[in-house]
Amino acid sequence: MIFTETLTKKFSSITAVAGVSLQVQQGDIFGLVGPDGAGKTTLIRMLCGLITPDSGSITMVDNAASGESSASFGYMPQKFSLYGDLTVMENINFFGAMYGLNGTIINQRADEILQITNLFRFKQRFADNLSGGMKQKLALTCALLARPRLLVLDEPTFGVDPESRKEFWKILYQLNQEGMTILVSTPYMDEAELCKRVGFMNNGRLVVVDSPKNMKSRYPYRILEIKCASRQPEIFQGLPEILESNFYGDKYRLVVQEAKIAEAAVVEFLQGRDIPLYRLKETKPTMEDVFVALAEKEVVEWSMSSQPVN
Amino acid sequence: MEYVVTTRELTRRFGNFTAVDRLNLSIAPGEIYGFLGPNGSGKSTTIRMLCGILEPSAGSGQVLGYDLASEAEKIKPHIGYMSQKFSLYDDLTVYENLDFYAGVYSIPYRERRHRIGEMIELASLSGREKDLVAHLSVGWKQRLALGCSIVAKPSILFLDEPTSGISPTSRKMFFTIIQRLANEGTTVMVTTHFMDEAERCSNIAFISEGRLIANDTPDQLRNQVLSGVLVEVEVAEPMQWLAKLENLPYVKECSLHGSLLHVLLEHENKMADLRVYTNSEVNPITPSLEDVFITLAKRDRG
Repeated sequence: MIFTETLTKKFSSITAVAGVSLQVQQGDIFGLVGPDGAGKTTLIRMLCGLITPDSGSITMVDNAASGESSASFGYMPQKFSLYGDLTVMENINFFGAMYGLNGTIINQRADEILQITNLFRFKQRFADNLSGGMKQKLALTCALLARPRLLVLDEPTFGVDPESRKEFWKILYQLNQEGMTILVSTPYMDEAELCKRVGFMNNGRLVVVDSPKNMKSRYPYRILEIKCASRQPEIFQGLPEILESNFYGDKYRLVVQEAKIAEAAVVEFLQGRDIPLYRLKETKPTMEDVFVALAEKEVVEWSMSSQPVN
Repeated sequence: MEYVVTTRELTRRFGNFTAVDRLNLSIAPGEIYGFLGPNGSGKSTTIRMLCGILEPSAGSGQVLGYDLASEAEKIKPHIGYMSQKFSLYDDLTVYENLDFYAGVYSIPYRERRHRIGEMIELASLSGREKDLVAHLSVGWKQRLALGCSIVAKPSILFLDEPTSGISPTSRKMFFTIIQRLANEGTTVMVTTHFMDEAERCSNIAFISEGRLIANDTPDQLRNQVLSGVLVEVEVAEPMQWLAKLENLPYVKECSLHGSLLHVLLEHENKMADLRVYTNSEVNPITPSLEDVFITLAKRDRG
């Protein structure tokens, strides 16, 4: 559906996107993740034809990126770009007209899409009076008006509460099942987990592309979960066997190289300080752990050795 | 206990819409007080009243012993407030922004350099002092905004969705700073949609449609909110299974957590049935705060 070859974009001295070769297949739910400033939005904007690349090429089915036919893809930008002082239906009419659709078709499609997005009851409500989650669904409705075969979303669930995020993803899955290809960027790792394939970007480069499952199985470290009498957030910080430690209210989550060695070190450390240990166990890595590991430079080798899996 | 923040029947109306509805809160010193709720439930409105920016329509409240209605101006110098939108100056450097806020809070000149240095250290901004804010990535801006809001060493800090749109690495770093501040005695009230951040709070208040519907430690919420047995199911196409499982008579709730399904069963004797039905592993788990959030949000609406 989308093929890019060594796509590059510079903004004065900063290379925002550096030689990205990306393939998004028909029927994919492709998640784009990476640290702030990794180049995700710039890449998405180039794919949508909003920014011209400095070099490299983009090939898309129906030549959508050339700007000739906008009907083959829908784009939902990061910022809410609807009119707060227009109603839901007025916004839809406006965007429908922008896509060159006539009134009858707009009404017909709006009814269909508003059923999917659960906004049917709110047709007459001003966009400003919608909750954060509903605003995002309205933006999605507008992006879907032209019946795109490819949907591109840039952080669509920014600042949306957990329940509304789940509802939003249900809609994306439904659209995907009906044959729509989806490319979505997200800062939420539980959402990355829902993608069929995930591309991790850092410093403008696409560092690794794989299924969430494979990414997790390739995680180079081990994770220990500890409950003990201490509530000092940074108590384990100095231990050489521990690469990273985080405190979550009542438990510590430690990233370690060797589980057995680290376990012994933790037990000894706590004993030496007379801190009772309640529980110590190893847990599986999540996409969040994978993200943190990938965001560090040391694991570049790990990611370079992986191959895209379809 | 002497509370830093107390409210009694605190209410705020906009026209005929009640954004905050008779809220009773008490926040102890040194706490990280997580303030959760769906979009539009009144979190920001509450925080803005506590900061003395917005006047209550009814009820009363005290922050650091000052009354919200009559002494709002006295509250402001003693608190730090970081809103969803960071109000930094893009065309000033990191140092200049901190210097500006130090001026706003009337920090004496002889202390400024030292204080700003402390903030740069605390917010991990070293080496970027001379960079223009416009050139910083979101994670850096966010830490600078935090530095600016605590440059006067407030005893209470209000953070309204400080980590929206920030990457997991930056969020972790940010919360470690928050934990450090709380450990040193600063009281922190924070709203967030990230449940891993909620887990790091010492107390969680959950509001819906302006009303307080739960208030406890993360542990207590996990153990007490859900009635039934929560199990984790690993299936190949979780999204497809979701609708099927929701319709089973013995399933009370079913939701997606990453690639796993969390299913709330009426009774543990239904685990075997579910195992047969899905032909997958079914294991009992301790509810996460996300499970708690979803249950509370649904219960309040239903």
